[in-house]
Amino acid sequence: MFDSSSILIGLEIGTSKVCAVVGEINAEGALNIVGLGQARSRGVRKGEIVDAAAVEEDVRHAIAEAEQMADVEIRSVYLGVTGGHIRGFNNRGVHPVVSADREISEEDVQDVIKNAKAINLPAENSVLHAIRQHFLIDGHADVTNPVGMLGARLEVDVHVVHGHLNRLQNAIRVVKGMQLEVDEVVFNGLASSLALLSNEQKELGALVIDIGGGTTDYAVYADGVIKHTGVLAVGGDHVSNDLAYGLKVPLSRAEQLKLQHGAAHVDDSVRGQTLTLTSELGLPLKSINCEHLRRIMVLRLEEIFQLIGQDLEQAGLLDYLRAGVFLCGGGARIPNLAQLAEQVLQLPVCIGRTNSVSGLKSALDQPEFATAIGLVKFASFKSRKRESRAPWTHGIKGALSRLLSRS
Amino acid sequence: MEPQIPVVNPPEPPAPRLCVKIFGVGTAGGVMLEQIIAGDFAGAEFVLVSTDAPATAINASVKMIPLETKLLRGLGTGGDPERGRKAAEENYQTLKEVCAGAAVVFIVAGLGGGAGTGISPVLARAARESGALALAFVTLPFDCEGNRRQQQARQGLEQLRAAADGVICLPNQKVFRLIDENVSLLDTFHTTTQFLMEGARGVWRLLMHRGLIEIHFDELSALLRDRRGESCFAAVEAAGTTRARDALEKLLAHPLLDDGQAFKEADGVVVSLMGGPDLTMADVNRVMEQVNQQCQRAQVIMGAAVHESFRDRLAVTVIAMRRRNDQHPPDSKDAAVAETSAEDLETRLLDKQATARPASRFVPPAPALTPEQREQLLSRQAGGRGRKSSSRLRQTSLPLEIVNKGRFDKTEPTVHKGEDLDVPTYIRRGVALN
Repeated sequence: MFDSSSILIGLEIGTSKVCAVVGEINAEGALNIVGLGQARSRGVRKGEIVDAAAVEEDVRHAIAEAEQMADVEIRSVYLGVTGGHIRGFNNRGVHPVVSADREISEEDVQDVIKNAKAINLPAENSVLHAIRQHFLIDGHADVTNPVGMLGARLEVDVHVVHGHLNRLQNAIRVVKGMQLEVDEVVFNGLASSLALLSNEQKELGALVIDIGGGTTDYAVYADGVIKHTGVLAVGGDHVSNDLAYGLKVPLSRAEQLKLQHGAAHVDDSVRGQTLTLTSELGLPLKSINCEHLRRIMVLRLEEIFQLIGQDLEQAGLLDYLRAGVFLCGGGARIPNLAQLAEQVLQLPVCIGRTNSVSGLKSALDQPEFATAIGLVKFASFKSRKRESRAPWTHGIKGALSRLLSRS
Repeated sequence: MEPQIPVVNPPEPPAPRLCVKIFGVGTAGGVMLEQIIAGDFAGAEFVLVSTDAPATAINASVKMIPLETKLLRGLGTGGDPERGRKAAEENYQTLKEVCAGAAVVFIVAGLGGGAGTGISPVLARAARESGALALAFVTLPFDCEGNRRQQQARQGLEQLRAAADGVICLPNQKVFRLIDENVSLLDTFHTTTQFLMEGARGVWRLLMHRGLIEIHFDELSALLRDRRGESCFAAVEAAGTTRARDALEKLLAHPLLDDGQAFKEADGVVVSLMGGPDLTMADVNRVMEQVNQQCQRAQVIMGAAVHESFRDRLAVTVIAMRRRNDQHPPDSKDAAVAETSAEDLETRLLDKQATARPASRFVPPAPALTPEQREQLLSRQAGGRGRKSSSRLRQTSLPLEIVNKGRFDKTEPTVHKGEDLDVPTYIRRGVALN
């Protein structure tokens, strides 16, 4: 049996699937994926829970499968959340250094971070993450560790991810209702980017786009720190829905068509081609124009990239993405999606791989498990921090418990 | 002092080289014509085309063509362009005869009413058919004159653009921004007329005054003929030693040219400079250099003329034309007619104004049709068949078209900059699947 403290579980309640990943920190401190459980999700729309009972059942299935596979008992999880209400922005905290010799102490650092987190948010919103980017001392930028340096004014940039408290609580309550602890709530886009990007890529600047069933989450890294996050409540479901509407077929059939014949390009081979749908008896029901199918898909997917591109252009980040764009999520399986994204964003695009963790090959190679693996990775960072810097954790724990207790 | 005549110029008769006929159409056209006659247009023939019986001759030099038909019963058009058009079609031969012999026909009218809107396109066609270059100078109504008049004016403008060689259009609403709040109504109309007249005068000068740098009539015709586009114009005047620079400054800041924006979009520009005998090549050069720089895409035609009365002054008139990309020059008269009526139909059904409104999200872009397709569309419309096109056309009038959102029916809509992203992209973008 494993030591329970080294077992970390990431749980993602997605729109198309519920997925639990079990990770283990081995003796060398490296993360290893040992178990995976998944179930079709039925109670989620656009990344948010609409049917708590169905979600509970699905989560139970996924957890049970993961427990069986990894041969562990799951007590607590790192929960991934998403939804159109989640926003990210950058904030700066300022703190004057008051000590006589102007030396910056650990307390000053704690204070400036606290100031940066004190953000004017609507009452119903709550901070999900406040991620430190860089310190500035007297306006001098790019200081990574200011403790022991001299200065009169200490500033820090943080990237704040916040969301609607009640809607975040919905997911937490479902999990808690199953006698599971929630260690921490993590934004899915952040988790995916952790799973896919190496430190070098973060340093160069990279965009991770996670095209899920109900939402498309994205995160931008540049200079080694997270610069921008966002959620577009449009995903693979929308593609299916567009197809159902445009081709006049039931949604389930549209989903099936998307998987079997969908692609993110319209080429000459499909022009004028038709597909004949058959009933369960083998009788022809309806014929579908392949070109329309592709065109509907391409327009939707193109739009997703266009919207993300616009957002990043507004944030002035498009020129910083030297490592390029990484796609993940179930949507990344659409053939030729990378080429389409390349055309729209004018950046090198590839399907992301979770290279930085070892373990189950079957789980690591699938783009749709990036988020859940990223959750485990996030957990491993947190547990490492907890071991090394015990006084640190109460700050994070405090923020978390505040989030959890406000129900 | 005689204007300088280039030595190479063959001796020409002093009388105007071209026969220019200026037509005032409708009530507004009549008023404008009156002012034009008062202005400096010596050598032109004036004709007033009107449906109103009581509009008596305003001037001895004006030839009257009352378009009296049984249809109108001496009551005018009553603001209905269709009646104006019918009256003009009935008298088509007469119009053609009057136009005969002219090299250039100016049509001056106010669009929005019955006569000007209805007759002008027919007149333009008649003028073209009789071999003249048809140039229309028209105003669009003020916004406060109501939606219907605006719509009629727009329709008329479209038809006119299809029929005439060049349309110079002055939206009155633009003038409204130029004038003081306290200007009386009468003066406002006077101002708009003045503006329009300046434009006409610019072209007139180009054609009539021999200059230092001449514009040949055929050059101008060539520029205008295949453009059939929309034009905007500006006329500025400056005096003193810095006149070239002043005129240029005024020109680039001119509101009718959208603060110089029109230059950038133009693909044909006519510049007419008028100065006294002291007009220097440096002045001409200064103006033209800037204009050429502003409109690099455009074919620029310039003319400079001298006149004794312009001593120490410089008048610059600029007409900027933009090619309309959805226009196809019709090869025959039939095509022209088909195009006109198809445009008419389109404008009426599609309601061009609504297209410009950002609130209506499901407006498909106006289809670019070849004349054959237009005819097809027309015949299908006439047959009452063609469910697809009619339903698409209907959508434009219903900005809140309800598209079934399928599985997202009951969820919170994903709204991004006013667009509901749950609605299929191809519907929002008006991509037709057929």
